[in-house]
Amino acid sequence: MSFSATKFAQPPPFSSTTTRSNEKPLSFDPFKTGTSFLGSTRKLRFNSLCENAQFKPHHRSAVVAVSELVKEKKLKSNANLLITKEEGLELYEDMVLGRAFEDMCAQMYYRGKMFGFVHLYNGQEAVSTGFIKLLKKEDSVISTYRDHVHAVSKGVPARAVMSELFGKATGCCRGQGGSMHMFSKEHNVLGGFAFIGEGIPVATGAAFTSKYRREVLKEEDCDHVTLAFFGDGTCNNGQFFECLNMAALWKLPIVFVVENNLWAIGMSHLRATSDPEIWKKGPAFGLPGVHVDGMDVLKVREVAKEAIGRARRGEGPTLVECETYRFRGHSLADPDELRDPAEKAHYAGRDPITALKKYIIENKLASEQELKTIEKTIDEVVEEAVEFADASPQPHRSQLLENVFADPKGFGIGPDGQYRCEDPKFTEGTAHV
Amino acid sequence: MWGTIRLNVCTGRSPARGLLSGLSAFRGYSSSGKEMTVRDALNSALDEEMSADPKVFLMGEEVGEYQGAYKISKGLLEKYGPERVIDTPITEAGFTGIGVGAAYYGLKPVVEFMTFNFSMQAIDHIINSAAKSNYMSAGQLSVPIVFRGPNGAAAGVGAQHSHCYAAWYASCPGLKVLSPYSSEDARGLLKAAIRDPDPVVFLENELFRSQFQQEALDSSFCLPIGKAKIEREGKDVTITAFSKMVGYALKAAENLAKEGISAEVINLRSIRPLDRSTINASVRKTNRLVTVEEGFPQHGVGAEICTSVIEDSFGYLDAPVERIAGADVPMPYAANLERLAVPQIEDIVRAAKRACYRSVPLAAAA
Repeated sequence: MSFSATKFAQPPPFSSTTTRSNEKPLSFDPFKTGTSFLGSTRKLRFNSLCENAQFKPHHRSAVVAVSELVKEKKLKSNANLLITKEEGLELYEDMVLGRAFEDMCAQMYYRGKMFGFVHLYNGQEAVSTGFIKLLKKEDSVISTYRDHVHAVSKGVPARAVMSELFGKATGCCRGQGGSMHMFSKEHNVLGGFAFIGEGIPVATGAAFTSKYRREVLKEEDCDHVTLAFFGDGTCNNGQFFECLNMAALWKLPIVFVVENNLWAIGMSHLRATSDPEIWKKGPAFGLPGVHVDGMDVLKVREVAKEAIGRARRGEGPTLVECETYRFRGHSLADPDELRDPAEKAHYAGRDPITALKKYIIENKLASEQELKTIEKTIDEVVEEAVEFADASPQPHRSQLLENVFADPKGFGIGPDGQYRCEDPKFTEGTAHV
Repeated sequence: MWGTIRLNVCTGRSPARGLLSGLSAFRGYSSSGKEMTVRDALNSALDEEMSADPKVFLMGEEVGEYQGAYKISKGLLEKYGPERVIDTPITEAGFTGIGVGAAYYGLKPVVEFMTFNFSMQAIDHIINSAAKSNYMSAGQLSVPIVFRGPNGAAAGVGAQHSHCYAAWYASCPGLKVLSPYSSEDARGLLKAAIRDPDPVVFLENELFRSQFQQEALDSSFCLPIGKAKIEREGKDVTITAFSKMVGYALKAAENLAKEGISAEVINLRSIRPLDRSTINASVRKTNRLVTVEEGFPQHGVGAEICTSVIEDSFGYLDAPVERIAGADVPMPYAANLERLAVPQIEDIVRAAKRACYRSVPLAAAA
């Protein structure tokens, strides 16, 4: 099968201190409960890792987390594929949109249309597409400053995001947020946070709301799931652990998705972390930790299905570590000198879009021509987004002072413009003490 | 020189009750007097708001089974259950962020910090995710959250537990900062804060827990945010204060009255938005200003009031603005040093006299 990892016989030339997945066997697989695919939570709360390593040394980061059922499927004939044609085309389109959008951002930045800090997502599209395309509209996504593609995948129109990046009044935040702060209430994209680790507690709060609504406000059908995306550097931050604890304690419907691209600006993950295997930090708090190849959208999708399903059923949080890579520097201002060119070449050879294209064509889900049509359409969409953003006006001066407070004058004034406490009905109250 | 009068915060009623002016327009003010401690006032406000709106919930350390670290949330766990009165682990950053995330979706969390000193572990969420979100998202996400807890110096708790955060939070746009003095303030402002659609930092004061004050109460009483209250009218000098210092200022005003100086005491109530119009109107009437606060002097609330008055009413000032603040040192532990580090009534009296050119006994009256 085209997406299995067996084609890499030797590990890439990392430093000798590497402890990437092929050195230590990944023996803990929370989803391989041995019985049913949809295992019960009791089985997932291990304290000790399983001993038997079912891991072949020459597999580089094979998907350990996919259940037996799916693995058997892979070994059978092509009749049982992981995706249908529609799903395949949807995934392809989404990833190509993410890539084209980010490439256009780089172009626009160097032409001076975009400014400030811009962090691009090239190379990591499999993670966002694999997860976000499984969500409903009411589910929430919270991200970091590398959030353009999360917003676009979730459904925010590309033109709105591009205008926001240009700082125009038609942007999704009317030009007030910028590259790092993409918010959309309609699509439940809650940002966009510049401080790493800041989004994780907010995501946990959104998951908390879902549970609160179901249990306290008695909205029976509220099963919204929250996805929190963050990187490997964040996994050393205190807030991350605080939220793993509380999410597991209160069984919140959240999935913590780690986009482990090995580098936090110029700090290698291996230099910064005592135990670089992030998925292991889940079981320490009582939630399952899963490691998956983040350059392969189909593998990510399989893991995502299970994790999101768990959250939706009320079984609690999951920590998913996606091993991925960013093809560009940390931001457009980053000279990116510290990364080994051989490492970059290695991952460039594992481009998720190329891999999916190969899979689709080899399994005859669609023709090359159809894929080319998609690429062309996406190019047009992105071009149109740029034209729209260019043509949009800058925010008016009066917008500077707007939206500081939800109540316009900030004096506790109600929507009718009067002081709330002067409204005679206000003091009637509904309180029964 | 600093005097030996030690304020006993457990005695006495506020002397200026009878001189309430009708400045703030609170209609729900019935005249049936009732005494209530500030602690009970806060508890009743929380109780009423939680019963009126199921989206209000309380979260913090020891708020549930311990009945509140300072007993503010007494009885609430029994009434509303553990889903609405949530005991959290000791993770300020984590649970404050959770509160903000819940507020993004329209729930109304009341996040309690055991003291505001611990809010420093969560200040990233208070400022960056709560205060700035409405602006960054251009109005899409409002954050109807209340952060409350005791603020400022207590008795003998040392430097890390005695910091006053009024100036810190009040400098940030997007936050509303309230600081009640009396039980009436506490009830009215907390209810207003919970009903408000924006993030509110509610700075209570530990030492008020046992102060008895006569209050007029209505079952759904609410005070407007952004309006100061003139606790005592006067014509010679204006003294502004908030929280515990209002009590000191009122006592100082009494002492000054004996010497023929009529002081007007303003209880700020709301640090952000600051009620500049009330302060300026008062200064235009009296022509002298003394600002009193417990926190550190540099970049403090008094500095902001002074600038506001200079910008708007410079021509009306007859004397330089006097600023009384805590000593510019971390709070010492020894009882006598602690007394020296916090403003006392004599300091306020002395400052008022300086403003009135009365510090030299034989000088002519202003």
